[in-house]
Amino acid sequence: MTRAFLALVLRDLRLAARVGGSGAMGLVFFLMLVAVVPFALGPDLNLLARIGPALLWFSAVLATLIGLDRLFQTDVEDGAIDLILSSDTPLEVLVAAKGVAHWLTTGLPLALCAPLFGLLLALTPGAMLSVAATLVVGTPALTFIGAVGAALTASLGRGGLLLAILVMPLMVPTLIFGVSAASAATAGTIAFLTPFLILAALSLVAIVIGTFAAAAALRQSA
Amino acid sequence: MPRLSSLWNLANPTRFLGLADRLLPWLAALASALLGVGLYLSFFVAPPDYQQGETVRIMFIHVPAAWLGLFMYVMMSASALGTLVWRHPLADVAQKAAAPIGAAFTFVCLVTGSLWGKPMWGTWWVWDARLTSVLVLFLMYLGIMALWRAVDDPGRAARAVAVLTLVGVVNIPIIKFSVDWWSTLHQPAAVFRIDGPTIHPSMLWPLLVMALGCTVLAIALHVAGMRNEILRRRVRSLRLMEAERLDAGAETAAGAAR
Repeated sequence: MTRAFLALVLRDLRLAARVGGSGAMGLVFFLMLVAVVPFALGPDLNLLARIGPALLWFSAVLATLIGLDRLFQTDVEDGAIDLILSSDTPLEVLVAAKGVAHWLTTGLPLALCAPLFGLLLALTPGAMLSVAATLVVGTPALTFIGAVGAALTASLGRGGLLLAILVMPLMVPTLIFGVSAASAATAGTIAFLTPFLILAALSLVAIVIGTFAAAAALRQSA
Repeated sequence: MPRLSSLWNLANPTRFLGLADRLLPWLAALASALLGVGLYLSFFVAPPDYQQGETVRIMFIHVPAAWLGLFMYVMMSASALGTLVWRHPLADVAQKAAAPIGAAFTFVCLVTGSLWGKPMWGTWWVWDARLTSVLVLFLMYLGIMALWRAVDDPGRAARAVAVLTLVGVVNIPIIKFSVDWWSTLHQPAAVFRIDGPTIHPSMLWPLLVMALGCTVLAIALHVAGMRNEILRRRVRSLRLMEAERLDAGAETAAGAAR
C-alpha cells in the first residue's frame, strides 16, 4: 500500500516537472496576482502592508485552482484512471497520493515563496513568518477540498470554470481562519494560536472528507 | 416493514405521478390559505415593534424564507443519501427538484434581510457570520444547479451532485450556530430555544402561520417540480427512442437505395 502510494506521488511529481505539466505555473500565477494588485490599489506601502496577508491568502486560493482541474482529468483522458480504479490498493489511498502530489507542487511552493512575495507587499518579518506558517498548514485544506471538485468534473472535458464555482464556497472557512491567523501577527487584536489551531483542524478534516468524497465521486462518475 | 415497502412502491414513477396529481390541488389550496391568513395576520393584526416600527413585518417573510432555505438543503442531502446508498430513482428526482426551490428561498431571505438591514443597521450588507454563511449557502445552491446542467446523463449527474451536496452539509450547522459562535450583528435565535420563545405571542403566531404556509408552499412546489422532472425525463427518453428509430429508418432507406 505504501509502495503504491509513493509510486503514484512520484509519478505525479515527475509529470508536473516535465513538459505539459503545471509544476511552476501555480507559482508564476501567484506572483502575477501579487504583482497586479498594487497596480489596481495604488502603490501605497502602508495599505499594502495592512492587506498583505489577506492578499497572499487570496492569491493562494486562486493559485491552488490552477492545475486542479487537470488533477484527475489527465488520468481520465489517458486511461490511467481505469488502472487506478481497478487496483488492489484502496482508491482512497491513491486519491490521497494524488492530493499529496498536488500539494507538493502547488501548496508547499506557495507557502515557501510567500515570505519572498511578502517583501513586495512591505510585510514585516513577523507577518511574513505567520503568512508562511498559515499557508503551510492551510493549503492542504484547499487542495483536498479542490480534489472533490476535480473528481466531480474529471469526466466532463471542460470543467475548469465549473470546478471553481463548486469548490470556492467550500474554501471560504479556510480562507477566513487563514487570514485571521495571518493578520493576527500584525493587527494584534486576537491571539495567533486560536485561529491557527482551527485552521490546522480544518486542514485535517478536509484531508479526510476530501479524500473519501473524491474517491466516491470518482467511483460514481468515471 | 410496511413503511419502507410503500417508499419502494413510490419508486414506480407512474404511481408517484398518480399520488402527486391527487396531492397537488390540496397542497396548493392549503398553502394559499395559510399564506393568505399569515400575510393578513402579519400585515394587519401583528402590532408594530416598539423599537423597529413597521419594518418588523419584513421578519414574517425573512425568517420563514431562511428556515426553508436550510430545510430544502437538508431535504436535498437526505435525497442525496437515497441516491448514493439505495439508488432510489425518486431520490435523484427529489434532489434535482429541491435545488432551485431552496435557492429561491435563500435568495428571498438575503433580499428581505438586506431590505430590513438598510433602515435598521444602516447598511444593505455586512460581512457578519450569519449573512456570510447564508450567502455561501446560496452560492452552493448555484454550484449544485451548475453541476446538474453540466452532466448530460441524469443518473450520473445525480450521483455527482449527491457527493457535492453531502460535502456541503458541513455548512448547515455553521449557519445554524453562527449567531451563537460569533456574536456579531445578526440577532440570535428567538423562536426555537430551550427556555421557550422570546417573541411576544402577538408576533409569534403570525410568524408560525407564515412558516407553516411557506413550508406547505415549498412541499407543493417540490412535488410539482418532481412531477415535471419525471415528465421531462420521459420526454427525453421518448426523444432518444425517436432519434434511434429515425436513424434506423434512414439506414434501411439508404440500404434499399443502394
